[in-house]
Order: sequence, then C-alpha cells, then structure tokens
Amino acid sequence: MNYYARRTLTLLLTMLFIVVLTFSVFRIIPGNPALTILGVEATDEQIAMLEAKLGTDRPLGEQFIDWIQGIAILDFGESLRFSEPVLDLIAARLPVTFSLAVLAMAITVCVAIPLGILAARTKGKLVDMVVSIGTQIGLAVPSFWMGIILILVFGLTLKWVSVSTYVGWSESPLFALRSLLLPAIALAIPQIAIVVRYLRTTMLEQLNLDYVRTARSKGLPEKDVHYRHVLKNALLPVITIIGIHFGELLAGSLVIEQVFTLPGFGSLLITAIGNRDYPLVQGLVLIIAFTVITINFLVDLSYRWLDPQIRLK
Amino acid sequence: MELGTKQDEQVLDIRNLRIELQTSRRTAVNVLEDVSLQIGKGEIVGVVGESGCGKSILSLSVLGLLPPAMRISGGELWYKDELPLHAYDNRRLQRVRGKEISMVFQDPMSSLNHGLTVGFQVTESLRLHLGCSKSEARERAIMLFRKVGLPRPEKLLHEYPYQLSGGMRQRVMIAIAISCNPGLLIADEPTTALDVTIQAQILDLMRSIREDDGTAILLISHDLGMIADMCDRIIVMYAGKVVEHGTASEIFDHPRHPYTIGLLNSIPTPAKKGNRLYSIPGTVPALHERGAGCRFASRCEYAADRCRQEQPPLIQVGKQHTAACFLLEEVNANAVV
Amino acid sequence: MMNRKYSLSLVLGMTFVSLLLAIMLISLFYTPHAVNVMKIADRLQGPSWNHWLGTDNFGRDVLSRVMVGAQTAFMVGAVSVGIGLTGGLIIGTLAGYAGKWLDELLMRGTDALLAFPGILIALLLVTIYQPSMFQTMLAIGILSIPSFARVIRSGVLQHREAEYVKAARGIGAGHMNIIFIQILPNIASSIVTTAALSFSTAILVEAALSYLGLGVQPPDPSWGRMLNESQSFLGKAPWFTLAPGLVITLTVLGFNLLSDGVRDVRDKRG
Repeated sequence: MNYYARRTLTLLLTMLFIVVLTFSVFRIIPGNPALTILGVEATDEQIAMLEAKLGTDRPLGEQFIDWIQGIAILDFGESLRFSEPVLDLIAARLPVTFSLAVLAMAITVCVAIPLGILAARTKGKLVDMVVSIGTQIGLAVPSFWMGIILILVFGLTLKWVSVSTYVGWSESPLFALRSLLLPAIALAIPQIAIVVRYLRTTMLEQLNLDYVRTARSKGLPEKDVHYRHVLKNALLPVITIIGIHFGELLAGSLVIEQVFTLPGFGSLLITAIGNRDYPLVQGLVLIIAFTVITINFLVDLSYRWLDPQIRLK
Repeated sequence: MELGTKQDEQVLDIRNLRIELQTSRRTAVNVLEDVSLQIGKGEIVGVVGESGCGKSILSLSVLGLLPPAMRISGGELWYKDELPLHAYDNRRLQRVRGKEISMVFQDPMSSLNHGLTVGFQVTESLRLHLGCSKSEARERAIMLFRKVGLPRPEKLLHEYPYQLSGGMRQRVMIAIAISCNPGLLIADEPTTALDVTIQAQILDLMRSIREDDGTAILLISHDLGMIADMCDRIIVMYAGKVVEHGTASEIFDHPRHPYTIGLLNSIPTPAKKGNRLYSIPGTVPALHERGAGCRFASRCEYAADRCRQEQPPLIQVGKQHTAACFLLEEVNANAVV
Repeated sequence: MMNRKYSLSLVLGMTFVSLLLAIMLISLFYTPHAVNVMKIADRLQGPSWNHWLGTDNFGRDVLSRVMVGAQTAFMVGAVSVGIGLTGGLIIGTLAGYAGKWLDELLMRGTDALLAFPGILIALLLVTIYQPSMFQTMLAIGILSIPSFARVIRSGVLQHREAEYVKAARGIGAGHMNIIFIQILPNIASSIVTTAALSFSTAILVEAALSYLGLGVQPPDPSWGRMLNESQSFLGKAPWFTLAPGLVITLTVLGFNLLSDGVRDVRDKRG
C-alpha cells in the first residue's frame, strides 16, 4: 500500500479511536451519569428527564450509533447548561482560539528560524551559548506563568497593553491583535525554544555535508551558503516538528485563555467541566483532538511533498 | 597546445607550503611540509600518493577550503604570479573560487545539493561571477551542458541530482567548474566513485577542456594508471611531503625514489600474472609517529642511519626530475621489477 | 555544552534536582512557619527576615508553602513516571518481542495517544471523576506511557538478536530473565533520559491543572494553585507570583538538564 493510503488509514483509525474514546468515557462511568451530574439529592423524575435528554436510558449500541451519526452531520447534541447546540457554542469561540494559535505560530516561525540559523552559524561561540541557555529556560518556564509575568510587566507595570478586556476581530482588528499579542507570545516561547534547538541541529548536520564544501568552492558568500543551500534542506524536518508540537500549542492555549480571560475553547471547556456539561465536554474534546490529528496528518503529507526526492519518485 | 613552465605563463605556483593541524589548544602538528609545485598554462599536473599522504589537503588549501582545525602555517600559494592566495582572507578568496580556480570533487552525489535542481546549481555561479541575468545564465547553462556531453540539456535544468546517473552528475560538476572559464581546475579523485567505462569518458572530457580552453588541471588521485595516462607532470607524495617530482615519462620510465618504485611495482600488469602481487611492506606512519628523518625510512629496504636522522631534500636527477632520497645511486642500481 | 570531558548539563541538572529534593525532604520535618496558619494581618507582605519569600493573601508564609509544594510535585512526578514506566514496559516489551501485527497494533495505539494533546486526557478524566491528586497522577501517568513504550520497544528490538542474548538463551534463560537482566540494563540510560523528561512534563502538566483548579485540591499544597491565587494580587503583591513560578522553572530545568546530561554521557561513551 502506498504511503499516502497508509497514512490516511492511520488518520481514520485514530479518529475512530477518538470517537470511541469520547463516547465511552462518559458511558462507562461507574454509576449513573445522570445521577452524577445532578447529585445525590436529585429526584427520580429529574434523573429520568436527564437520562432521556442524554439518551442514556437507551441501549449502549444505539447510543453509539447515534453518536457516530451525529458526528457525521456535525450534531453534537445540546449543552446541558446553556441549552444550545454544542456546535454553535464551539463555533462562537472558534475565532479566538484560532487566531491565538495562528498568531503564536507566526511569532514562533518569525523568531525561531533566524535564531536557529544564528545558533548554527556561531556554533561554540558566546552567541550560541546564550541562545542555548535561553532555550533551556524557555522550555522550563510554564507558559501560563510566562503569561502572568507578561501581564505583570507589560500590562501593569509598563501599561503598554490593556489586559482587562478582549476585543473581537469584527469590532476592531487592531485591538484584537493587542489583546492577543501577550498570550500569543507566552504560548510561542516554548515552541520557539523547541524549534531553535531542532533547527540548530539540522543545520549543523547539513553543514557537515559535502555539498556545502562545493557551494563554498564556487565562491558563494557564507550568507548564500546558509540561506540558499542549507536552510532549505534543514528546514524540512523542522516543519514536521512544528506540526507535531501544534498539539501542545493548542493544549497550552487552553490554559493561557484562562490566564488572559479570553473567550475561546479553553474557557468554554473549563466551564463545561465545572458544570459537568458532558455533551459540551465531549464535543469540545472531539473537535480539538480531531483538529490536532488532522494538522499532524497535513504536515506529514506536506513534508513528503516538499522533499523533492520523495515527491518525484 | 604548447606546454611549458615559462614564468609568465605559470598558473599555479606553490612554494614550500606547510600546513598544520591544531590537535589541542596548545599543540599543532604539521600535516604538509615543504610542498612545492608549479603548473603552467594548459598543463595537467598530477598528485599521486596513498590515502593520508595529504594530497586532498593540498588541493583544498589552494582555495582556502581547509577544515577549521587546519591552517597554512608557512610557504606561499601564487595564482598567475599575481594573486597571493595564502594571504587572502575568505572574502577575497570568494572572488577567486569558482571564477579563476574551481574544484571538482570525488563523490558527485554528495557534492551536489540534493534539494536544488542541477540547473540552479549551474546558473548560480554564472550569475554570481559573470553577472548574467536569469535568461542569459539559462542559455549558458544549456551550452555548458552540451559541452560536457549531457543529453537533453533543457530538460536537465529542472532535474534534481538523484535523478541523474553517477557519470551525468560528475559532468554537471564539471560544467559548474568550467562555467566561468577558470584558469585552473582542481580535480580531487574525479573518477574514483564512477564505473570504469564512465571513468574513461570523464577523463576524455577533462582532456578536451584542456585542449579547447587552455585550462590547466591539477589532478589528484591514488590511481597511478590514470595519472600516467592524463598528466604531463607528476608529483608523488608520501606522509605530507613530496618525494618525487618529474614529467610522466621520467617518473614512469625512470622512477628514482624507493616509494615511487614500490608504488609502480604494485600495479598489477599482465606480465605479473601468476605471481604474488607486490605491496610495500608496513603502513603509512600516523601524524604523531613521524620521526625526524625520512618519512619513508620505516618501510624502505635501503634505509640507512642517515635516513632515519635527517630529512632528505629534493635532489635533481633529470631535466625536470627531482627525488628526495640520500641513496639515489644505490636505488638506481636496482632496476624496477 | 559538549566539548569537555564531563557534561555540564548533567552536573547542573543533578545539582538543581538534588537541591530541590533536599528542600522537599527537609519540608517533611521542618518549615519556617506552619503551612496552613492564616494571619490576615500579615497578608501580602513582601520578602522580609521573618518571611523570606513574603506572605500570601491569607498571611501564610510563601516559603513554607513552596517547600511543601515540592512534596506534591515530586509525588506526582514519581507516581506518574512509575505508571508510565510500568505501562511502557508492558507495551514496549510486548511490541518488541511479539509478532509483527501485535507490534503494529500497539504502536498505532501509542501513536494515537501521543497525538492527543496531553492535557485533554487529564481534563477528560477530571470531568468524570472529581479532581484530585490521584486523578492527576493517573492522567499524567497514562500520558507518559507512549514515550516509555517507544524507548523500550526500540531497545528490545535492537538487542533481541544480539550475541549476548543468544548466549543467554543458549544456556536456557527464560524470557523474563532475558528482558530484565540482559536487555534492560543496556537501555537503562535511555530509560533514565525518558524518565527525567517525563518527570519535568509531569510537573508542568500538574501545575497547569492545579492552576485551573482541576488538579491537586486543597489542603494539598500545589505550586500551580499558588500561581492561580497569586494572579488576583499581581498589582499589590507581584512577588507572590514569582516564588512558585521560579521554583517550577528550576525543577523542570533541573530534570531537563539531567535528561540531556545522561544522553550526552551516553553518546560520548559511544
């Protein structure tokens, strides 16, 4: 079976796994889910009503088929707390989380690539060591605490950014950017650390190869050797890394949204958990997981497509 | 084509070159010592020797492409008696590389960038050194490809190295090397990684480059046969020093240094069929094992005490023929097998 | 950090970790102040002789709470790594030892788990069951299984056909013996590297969960929860947020360096 087919199969299997997981996790709870939600003081009537609503009074098999059918048409049920379709609630929060993730990614790429190249070019010298120390710290600092510190420094002390309210894109892109900037930076820092370290490694690997000597023997200035010859080859594996860590980025954003009180997936999820709003939690977890997996899949494919050796075979 | 080493037509003049390797922060070891070599316009000069004799390092030193731990610690490198390459910093050398002097390396697969098309890698030099525009460079690249015998040049421009055969890749390397009409082409084991049949073709190509453009060639190899075939003059290196220097016929018909004789004896020929193949006993001394005397003394059947204590200088033994040995009369007395 | 005879990462890593371990152990017997005693009059003070790291919003000594918080951190870390290691051992040896299809199945499974953003699993568990230290440890433990499984599997695959294993089999050693006594010691350094890394991940995830209120619950101390408490008082008492944050950073840094250091030493040995 060729690679693409195999990879798609893995994707579908993983999605199936997630579907089953999100389904079973709430059905296999010891005891009665409805009872757990409502608490011990609930009356039998209330429990029966909730059960009917959740569908837990029906056989497990039926419930599962319902779940799958629902997913296919993007119907994740209704939120217990808000009495609105889960999908609508999630969709309303999408722009925030999405723009936060994209902004964080953009910052990561813009900062990490030049830094990684710099570290490789100045290997062993002071600059490289400083970058190395910096990335170690960047990996160790919890990103949500970094968010708090950024609020402290830029929000309160220097008063550059307002951290009290979030302004939506539709209202004002500029202000939206302002509210997203600090959280995006906090999210980006560990990602930058990862990418810089990895890029440095791949660049050093490439710099050891023969074609670099050939490029130099042609009289190319070092700048061209690095950026035109080496970077292209070194960047390829790094792209996969960025894709793989996108999941972490998304996970981090869940917490960061709480730090900055941004109305995104994260705060919705936390609220839903607090309310034991099972349908909402289910829907959110499913969508987030699917997004991460799909992005991994796309990154995987793009890697193969970008590498000329693999693409043209 | 006139050959010669007239002063005003000298392309490369290496005088007493010494290269050292930094082994630790305080200590350095000489890798090459007292190496001298001249190449005239349109000449093909060969450097032959076993692995580790320093011939590759010699070739890299001309363009300042030595690995970071090595540096030129003595001697001079002159290009056309005008450019003192040994004194140039990287920036000045960049103007020489690929334009006045270019190199062809051993393994064309790893020496070409697998992620860039061969067309790009050729036009890059043209645009850099000759200031060609994109379309000009493209046209020239096609001409170059034709010149080196590559089929379907237009199509080839867009292909990647792995799509080409070994021989084709080496032709691309040569095309890149001659693209700006260099005065000197340095070829380090250009055919070692290729099939025997392709080898001959590549060598023919190199000869035609010398014929047509008057490009001088510094040819490095451990393959005596190829060196004999191609070169006008030859230097034989051993353990970082030149042991013999002369024209091809001088070296092959009248070798004087015991090492050269040993090398020639070890070439398999039909005449030796059935007999045990000769090989020089012992191994090349490692960098730190080199003693004060002649480097070859430990393996030399003629070695005397003087040989072990002093380094023999190059002694004139023919018109253009020199050999570094104290016992030349004795050695000559024993004919080549 | 590699051009010396020893590994700077390893030295630094061990120093940090030992320091924190020492603080944690000390806190079992002694802290400068009682951890839960509230003195509202003294709330939100900055660092002073009496309170080296100041006081929190209830007047409790920050230093003491940080010290005791180390207990939670190490406990969560150790148990999660334990769960991960055990699970990883089982899955890894099964995958490496057994047939092709079992290997494929297990590896696809762990890959799927790996793709899952870690914290989601923890959040899932917490939705069903009450948030608690146990849930946290379980969730993080499950998260760590794939990394261990991979390392052990590749080690098993690598050494399965090695000479010394064949020799051991030749003298009648059973499978368990081969796994534990022959193969594992050879991949010990890889396991240690993975364990150290999992430990630091565990600390970060626990801190995040506790910050959200979904991890370790009061009265069990937690650095993450302290960060949450400190956020409301950023203006009045900025130092309150520094202590727990810095100690989390240092602990994670210590374990990361340890992991790098062990790997450096192993690489150098060839």
